[in-house]
Amino acid sequence: MIARADTVLELGRERIASPRAAAVFGIFLGIFAFWLALPPVATRSIVVPVLVGAVAIAIGLWVVRRGDLRPGWGAVAAGIVGVLGGAFATRAATTHLDEVITWSALVAATLRYATPLTFAAIGGMFSERSGVVNIGLEGMMLMGAFFGAWGADVTNSWIGGLLIGMGFGAALAFVHALFSIHLRADQIVSGTAVNFLALGITGYFFIDIYGTNGTPDNLAGIPDVHLNFLGRIPPNGLGTFLDDSFGQLNLMVWLSLAVLVVSYLVMFKTPLGLRIRSVGEHPRAADTVGVSVYGIRYACVTASGALAAMGGAFLSIGFVHSFSENMTAGRGFIALAALIFGRWRPFGAFGAALLFGFASAVAPRLENVESWANYGTLFQALPYVLTLIAVAGVIGRSIPPAAVGRPYAKQ
Amino acid sequence: MTTHKNPLNTYKEIFNGTGLNWLFPWVHGADRAEAALNLQQTLIYATALVLTGLAVAFAFRCGLFNIGGQGQYIVGSVVAAQMGIWFASMSPVPHVLFAVVAASLAGAAWGGIAGLLRASVGAHEVITTIMLNWIAIWIGLYLIQGPLQDPRAKLVQVSITKDVSPGSKLHVFWGSAVLQGLHIGFFVALAALVVYWLVLSRTTLGYEVRAVGFNAEAARYGGISVARNYFTAMAISGLFAGLAGAIDVLGWEFKLDQTAITTTSQIAFLGIAVALLGRNTSVGVFLSAILFAALITGTSTRNLDPSVFRPELAGNLTRIIQGLVVLFVGADLLIIYVWQLRRKLKLGRPKGLPQEVPQP
Repeated sequence: MIARADTVLELGRERIASPRAAAVFGIFLGIFAFWLALPPVATRSIVVPVLVGAVAIAIGLWVVRRGDLRPGWGAVAAGIVGVLGGAFATRAATTHLDEVITWSALVAATLRYATPLTFAAIGGMFSERSGVVNIGLEGMMLMGAFFGAWGADVTNSWIGGLLIGMGFGAALAFVHALFSIHLRADQIVSGTAVNFLALGITGYFFIDIYGTNGTPDNLAGIPDVHLNFLGRIPPNGLGTFLDDSFGQLNLMVWLSLAVLVVSYLVMFKTPLGLRIRSVGEHPRAADTVGVSVYGIRYACVTASGALAAMGGAFLSIGFVHSFSENMTAGRGFIALAALIFGRWRPFGAFGAALLFGFASAVAPRLENVESWANYGTLFQALPYVLTLIAVAGVIGRSIPPAAVGRPYAKQ
Repeated sequence: MTTHKNPLNTYKEIFNGTGLNWLFPWVHGADRAEAALNLQQTLIYATALVLTGLAVAFAFRCGLFNIGGQGQYIVGSVVAAQMGIWFASMSPVPHVLFAVVAASLAGAAWGGIAGLLRASVGAHEVITTIMLNWIAIWIGLYLIQGPLQDPRAKLVQVSITKDVSPGSKLHVFWGSAVLQGLHIGFFVALAALVVYWLVLSRTTLGYEVRAVGFNAEAARYGGISVARNYFTAMAISGLFAGLAGAIDVLGWEFKLDQTAITTTSQIAFLGIAVALLGRNTSVGVFLSAILFAALITGTSTRNLDPSVFRPELAGNLTRIIQGLVVLFVGADLLIIYVWQLRRKLKLGRPKGLPQEVPQP
């Protein structure tokens, strides 16, 4: 009886002030506390961020007491970050802060670092939503990176490079699909194998074709998109900020945003998406109503390879304009983490990719400041710690598609 | 092959590069001395591969996929290096033991985190160990650039630690101590193989681990704590990987630099291939470790004459071979099943296949 009375009371309170909304406000307040201590505001008084952060923590604790644990603790965490970060920033030299925090440059760099992760994470989403674990994303990216560069060299156009890279990424993904769907190998073992294969294949052909000189300097690159009108948007400061942030981004950055929206629509608003999700959640049921489980899975895994390869091709012919052995350097695994952090949803994965991208963007800037150089390296570990915490269920349990990792046998 | 060279000659050169020709009694003189050097190299690699292979194999026996050997290896090597630098006044034998044990325990703790998360909240160990790998890499890089950096290297901005004290280095019993001769870590690896077999097949712990690996639900029904075994298995796996890191640092690296953290530690990934090819048995892990170690040294830039076959190409071919091995070994059960299915189909009675992959 008491429990029921509580529930009713809880429902009554819900109408007055939703704890969830309060928690979101608290989270923003925590971030705001940190922001106040950073340029351009850069308050020099330690009281301001501590006070604002404390309010955020108080709101969080209030929400926790109301029983909404997850957003409540989120607000508390944001408040703690605000207090600690703000306290640290107010004690740091302003010149150092200015050197690290240039918001427009940070936004642009974050997007640039997030792009390969976004492509690969969305590719991974298609694969895993259809029920096939894909830790071969790393290898598929690497195929895209090398064969993208090779294709751009051979066809002398970036479109050719991109398509060829995607083709080889898809081919590698098809091998993974064949072994994990038809041959019913352990999907993680098969994915690991695919990574080894990609490392060997790209390394072999790279040395064989280009030798120790590396890819040619005049490699056809994916163009940047110049949005000059952004600079003319009034007021002046906003226009400059927009121009510096979004005015000079690579085409692939915009393409990744388009892929993001399209994949969301496909996955959650079309019959095809419903079929993909049903195959990943309950293949037997999907099979019973006439959905081709194998067909959907093959298509999804192959598509994931092509998408991951787009991310790889961006690295080689959109970002650094050359290829080097093992140049993806674990980004495929990070994309996988972003996917899980984002709970197998496109925008969630994109948000996580932005977080990882932000860490990659800030770290080299921290290293520019001599006395902070070491912390730049340590800072790079932060997204992984966050992902670990997220996976451990503190931020909220990531629940994978029910049938992920399980081979399906037709009956 | 794109190089139009005699393939047999190439194989012979690669084989000689591994130093395995030392085993032939008819190899004499300078050839024999060189073969001995190469064989020492091969066995040094094999030592690390045996241990990282066991790190993967032990978890496999419990139904877990320990992809985090790299992180556990790094943690082990960092701890071993630091313990080797500190306590320089200790006498050699206790110092080595102390450093090795501390490093193994650190590796066990690192692996144990993944095991604990799997056991308590069900976080998949593949994801957590990948994250733990990266955390170990970045923290390792931070340590060698900062707190653990050699003060002399700081002046020239090189990320490198001091050398471990001479007393903490492993004794070299074959070859020159200066030229990376074979150290006693090799016997540690052999002992680890025996321990692995003993623990798995002759103890209650091993029985429980294998029971959970075969069928976690049945084990639970039989009164075995699945959660505790997940933790134990990951911790023991981490112990092996941490031991590998310690033995590499104290056996031939003697200090840590950027390559040691980012590249040398990838030998732990190769441990996956070793464990799979070795079918998670002691003898299998030993043989496949020797095979992969031989492939590495045989195709290394130092041992393979570029006029015979370009070593960079051969090195990458090795990786392709590793990939194919993992791919087909991972699917071998299935090939057998597919073959049986064919036969069944011929008998005219199609039947659903049993689920051969353990349900997570």
